[in-house]
Amino acid sequence: MADNNQMTIETMSSQYFDVLKEIGNIGAGNATTALSTMLGMKVDMKVPQVRLMEFKEVGTTMGGEEQIVAGIYLVVDGDIHGSIMFVQKKESARAMVQKLMGMPPEGDDFSEMELSALMEIGNVITAAYLNSLSTLTNLTIYPSVPTICIDMAGAILSVPAIEFGAIADKMLLIQTDFSDDETLSGYFILVPDEESDAKILHALGF
Amino acid sequence: MPQTVKVGIADLNVVKSPDLITTIGLGSCVGIAIRDEQLGIGGLVHVMLPNSKEVKSNENKAKFADTGIPELVSRLEKMGCVKRRMVAKIAGGATMFAFQSKSELSGIGDRNVAATKTALKALGIPIKAEDTGANYGRTVVFNPENGDYEIKAVGKPAKVI
Repeated sequence: MADNNQMTIETMSSQYFDVLKEIGNIGAGNATTALSTMLGMKVDMKVPQVRLMEFKEVGTTMGGEEQIVAGIYLVVDGDIHGSIMFVQKKESARAMVQKLMGMPPEGDDFSEMELSALMEIGNVITAAYLNSLSTLTNLTIYPSVPTICIDMAGAILSVPAIEFGAIADKMLLIQTDFSDDETLSGYFILVPDEESDAKILHALGF
Repeated sequence: MPQTVKVGIADLNVVKSPDLITTIGLGSCVGIAIRDEQLGIGGLVHVMLPNSKEVKSNENKAKFADTGIPELVSRLEKMGCVKRRMVAKIAGGATMFAFQSKSELSGIGDRNVAATKTALKALGIPIKAEDTGANYGRTVVFNPENGDYEIKAVGKPAKVI
């Protein structure tokens, strides 16, 4: 049986939520700097939104379950175990690739080279988040090599949903808008396993 | 006016002809469509995980293959359907990300499909057609009148199984 005193993602206090928001904020700050260096241009960001999302909202959050999105997915190891996903609409992904490669993707699909550029962007951005989490909690976190998938939002987001599904009915979503001349927005989904959740909470002094 | 009823993730519902029933963006999840061949009544369940006994939060029956399928069958029975006239079609169970096979939830798509088959077999409901596995998402639309199960995927022509 679950220990009733142990805080879970569903009984999370607003204070813990604020801390997660702060981690998201710092992470997004780091990510923006990294992105700016990578793209060789100024990138601004808005304050990220952090919220718990029900499975049923999973698809609608990103403009419908059939919206085509690019998902970059990493497994996290070390003191905590889980996974992190960075999701962006296909148009945002195209815009980022264009910025990085200096030319728009040819045709409707991404080439190997463009996919690899996209993966690198995802890698840099997720690393920035994980760094802020690691720094604030003093926990060691190793990300795996990222993998990428471009498909319907419903299908992509079901992957973290399934991992969350094993422990709860909601998942944690951090929405970040990076904007320059056009809005490049992305979503992070953090999936720590149950034990790691407790570790993060403990490390943060809860 | 015929309607198309939408089933969400970890959700189920039943419809009567001429209505259709759909679920959008099946990834590793499996969409199980069952109908009574005589009545034109059918339903769809969108399961996420194979086994309700492996996890703590298992109140939502539609989340799991082992509880969602019997739940759908009992909903159909309440509408007058008879189990021995029921047939099933299944879709989904993809592996969306290449390294998922290495993670703890290894081959969750394959395990969902296997658990689906076990549950249907236990109920004595035959599988008429399936479109499972591979590495892409699927949107499905089920017609309880004739059993057509339309499958749509990104960058692929729609097909009916």
